[in-house]
Amino acid sequence: MTADVFSFEHVSVGDDAGHWRLHEAVGAIPDCGVTAIVGPSGSGKSTLLRCCNRLEAVSRGVVRFRGVDVATIEPLSLRRRVGMVFQRPTPFAGTGRDNLRVAAPDLSDDQAADLLAEVRLDASFLDRDAMRLSGGEAQRLCLARSLAAEPEVLLMGEVTSSVDPGTRVALEELARTCAGRGVRVLWVTHDFAQARRIAEHALVVLAGRIAHAAAVADLETDAPPDVRAFLREGSDAE
Amino acid sequence: MPSDIEWPELAASLVLVAVAVALSMVRSLRLERTILWASARAAVQLLLVGFALEAVFDRTIAWSWAWVFAMVAFAADTVRRRAPEVPGVMMLSLVAFGAAAVVTLGVLFGLSVFPLEPQTLIPLAGMMVGNAMTATVLVARRVLEELRDKRDEVEARLALGLPSAEAAQPYVRAALRTALIPQIETTKSVGLVFLPGAMTGLILAGVDPLDAVRVQIAVMYLVLGSVATTVTIVGLGVQRRLFTADHRLTVPARPAD
Repeated sequence: MTADVFSFEHVSVGDDAGHWRLHEAVGAIPDCGVTAIVGPSGSGKSTLLRCCNRLEAVSRGVVRFRGVDVATIEPLSLRRRVGMVFQRPTPFAGTGRDNLRVAAPDLSDDQAADLLAEVRLDASFLDRDAMRLSGGEAQRLCLARSLAAEPEVLLMGEVTSSVDPGTRVALEELARTCAGRGVRVLWVTHDFAQARRIAEHALVVLAGRIAHAAAVADLETDAPPDVRAFLREGSDAE
Repeated sequence: MPSDIEWPELAASLVLVAVAVALSMVRSLRLERTILWASARAAVQLLLVGFALEAVFDRTIAWSWAWVFAMVAFAADTVRRRAPEVPGVMMLSLVAFGAAAVVTLGVLFGLSVFPLEPQTLIPLAGMMVGNAMTATVLVARRVLEELRDKRDEVEARLALGLPSAEAAQPYVRAALRTALIPQIETTKSVGLVFLPGAMTGLILAGVDPLDAVRVQIAVMYLVLGSVATTVTIVGLGVQRRLFTADHRLTVPARPAD
């Protein structure tokens, strides 16, 4: 049996006042191409994602990366193995090339152009001012930047929430392409239809806990009533 | 001719306060009481300082050092009150003012630019601390705001595996520049736009203008050196306080609008 990519053992994240963003979350990300983390806004899915690369510290419980407690892994090396693309594009000041070299300082122009080609940007973006790109272009550059560090896993926060439909489709395809090359992708979305399009497996996060987990095709079978209600709402909204 | 103001002359200068009060009355600014209170308070404060300085100047230099320590403590407390949102800013200010004092006073007295005596130590330390305090408040707030406003970018850098000091560097650099530039601008425009305080005081007291200018230049460099030292120490110190040992950004959320 292959070890899970991530597992969550009674994970809680919150403040001293007892306001929990995650509460006793239990579940696992299996070792398969794309796993969607689905849930409504504010349910704790982004917090769950941030626990995976230690941008968030857990208050209680254990997060494991391939069986090892992430708290025992040196955070900087963990983050190079587990890349992240954020909900809002986060280009850095400078050119496209400058951005890619933050992740990989020794990157040659040819390698940089290859990375851009992977996210369907042409080589002219190497010299373009990253702060003047459109939302979709900037988000692709951010994806290329994360890939420059050659991660094993890619955490993708709701990356299509602020891009045009064309870029959305492109980013979904790119997630599939990454998965095809062996990079495990965790894709956060509130849109169940999107999860169905791109993921093999899904975790449903409701009110700070992992309410359900299954292969996407079987997600609605055996789902508890609150999960079923959420999934139905998502489908109705389509 | 050196000015030597006696009490009657000082009282005569009260006419100028009366002018301010009269203008406030004529224009219905309703600032008469505030003007009177501010003028009286300034006079009392300065007279107390004058008496205290007279007492300290007559004693050993240890008393002057005690005065300097008190100024540093008071300035650090002022920074804490003006930038309460910045964690640990008082302790950082104490360290920064201490370091700036060692560097700047060390140079001025160590290289015998000024003789080390109560009459030089207290005013020079006062200049240093006063200017450094303003810059400290500015840089502490700027570093916090930069890291809060650019939180997404900082976290994107952290997520690429950059250590916190490297992830914060562009934003802290911007904050340090913002805090230092006013001092550099002041240094550039000195003499053209305004005559600085130390020089004006010396000329009024009858010192030869060129002698006064030499003192002023040394004082200006003292201020520049101390501001640069404190800004750097406080800026980098605040940055360290805003990250955890495991390279997470812990900037407190912006207060609700």
